[in-house]
Amino acid sequence: MALALQTFSTVKDANAALKAAGTRYLGGGTLVVRAVNEGDVSVSGFVRSTEPSLSAIAVSGGKVRIGASVTMAAIARHPDLAPLARAARAVGGPAIRNMATVGGNLFAPAPYGDFTVALLALDATVSSDSGELPIETFLATRESNHAIVTAVGFSLPVEGGFRFLKVSRVKPKGVSVLSVATVLEQAPDGTVSSARIALGCMADRPMRARAAEKALAGRTLTSDGIAPALAVASDGTSPATDPIASAWYRTQVLPVHLGRLLLG
Amino acid sequence: MAKVPVQFTLNGAEKAEFIDSGTTLLNALRDKIGDTSPKGGCHQGTCGACSVIIDGELRLSCLTLAETCNGAAITTTSGLSEGGVLHPLQRAFLDAFATQCGFCTPGMIMAAKVLLDHTPSPSREDVVEALSGNICRCTGYEPIIQAVLTAARSNSQHAA
Ligand SMILES: Cc1cc2nc3c(=O)[nH]c(=O)nc-3n(C[C@H](O)[C@H](O)[C@H](O)COP(=O)(O)OP(=O)(O)OC[C@H]3O[C@@H](n4cnc5c(N)ncnc54)[C@H](O)[C@@H]3O)c2cc1C
Ligand code: FES
Ligand code: FES
Repeated sequence: MALALQTFSTVKDANAALKAAGTRYLGGGTLVVRAVNEGDVSVSGFVRSTEPSLSAIAVSGGKVRIGASVTMAAIARHPDLAPLARAARAVGGPAIRNMATVGGNLFAPAPYGDFTVALLALDATVSSDSGELPIETFLATRESNHAIVTAVGFSLPVEGGFRFLKVSRVKPKGVSVLSVATVLEQAPDGTVSSARIALGCMADRPMRARAAEKALAGRTLTSDGIAPALAVASDGTSPATDPIASAWYRTQVLPVHLGRLLLG
Repeated sequence: MAKVPVQFTLNGAEKAEFIDSGTTLLNALRDKIGDTSPKGGCHQGTCGACSVIIDGELRLSCLTLAETCNGAAITTTSGLSEGGVLHPLQRAFLDAFATQCGFCTPGMIMAAKVLLDHTPSPSREDVVEALSGNICRCTGYEPIIQAVLTAARSNSQHAA
């Protein structure tokens, strides 16, 4: 069955059109068009907006704003976003990256959402016409979100402060067993003064590893220093068993990969 | 339902059609316009057989709505040969036995073409990365990788 696509030049008009039952916002379409191709009859129409700000990347004074329609490929090649390139390149193969948007990634269920894991570690904000939400709040309530996400914003991490790792079985591209992103700040003596650790595929959506973050505070990035953090890395996780990995396997390997990222 | 107009260039030729709103580019190309070089393997984004080049970028036509391509320049594998002479990539695929059943071939060639357009002398890793969204169930990939490397070399000899 054909599905009408409505295109609006402003986000405001697109938001109004999205109020109709069965309509879905169309980002790059890699999840929502796929769902329709697979026979998801809950979708009866697509809405999109071509407002230019949705496709803009702005970096100034250490602050970054990425429009929701910006693709993974555009992030990966942007000179000012080099620290994030690894996370953007972790999403799919080349064609998927040319289509997959930041906005769509925020809604991607596990085992997808690798870039959102990076945004969670960066403590990003998620903007819509109705205001700005901390990403954690946004993720917790994303099913009830009906407003178009317009942009994400965050502060660029200090040089070397951001780390990202995705574990997949098929190389170089493949769906995540899990992904981990960290933003660490270290005191002059090398001890960790603040840590944000975000995990992908360890729940139905990206989550923070709060217990590990706490256990890392004041410690050095050595095998002994990070041991308490690794011991509690899986606290609060509820990974899925899917064709990529079992929940048990994900829980077992999480500390190994988190350890490698922290020591790497 | 009312039809909607789409207009774009396909391999340099102007195309204009009326289609059902929501039609994928893959279905529009194959069923309306008659270019069957992009293949529908999965319609899920996973096989890459439907890959086409839109405004210089590799895209999956099965997940792209045709209406979003208004005004775009689209390239498919059927547009590569000139005057009956195969494109160097097509020649290399034939010579290297990089095609068996051939179902993945047009998508592989699209992915390889975008690579060579931007990176004329790719490394083996570049080629593996560029083809990472394309699945082949016949060749075991090695002949395909070799064909792309061979085409890159023959291009550079051409240019020299
Ligand atoms: C073969 C394949 C491989 C993949 N590999 C990966 C991978 O490795 N890692 C990964 O993270 N993902 C992967 N994905 C999933 C997907 O491509 C990405 O998550 C992508 O970022 C989704 O973005 P999109 O723009 O295509 O979303 P769409 O399909 O356009 O949208 C997804 C959902 O989000 C909603 N939405 C989109 N944009 C907005 C907005 N601005 N405001 C409000 N709602 C919005 C849509 O209505 C829809 O419900 C893969 C997908 C495929 C098909
Ligand atoms: S048919 Fe488009 S990726 Fe398989
Ligand atoms: S040649 Fe048969 S799928 Fe590649």
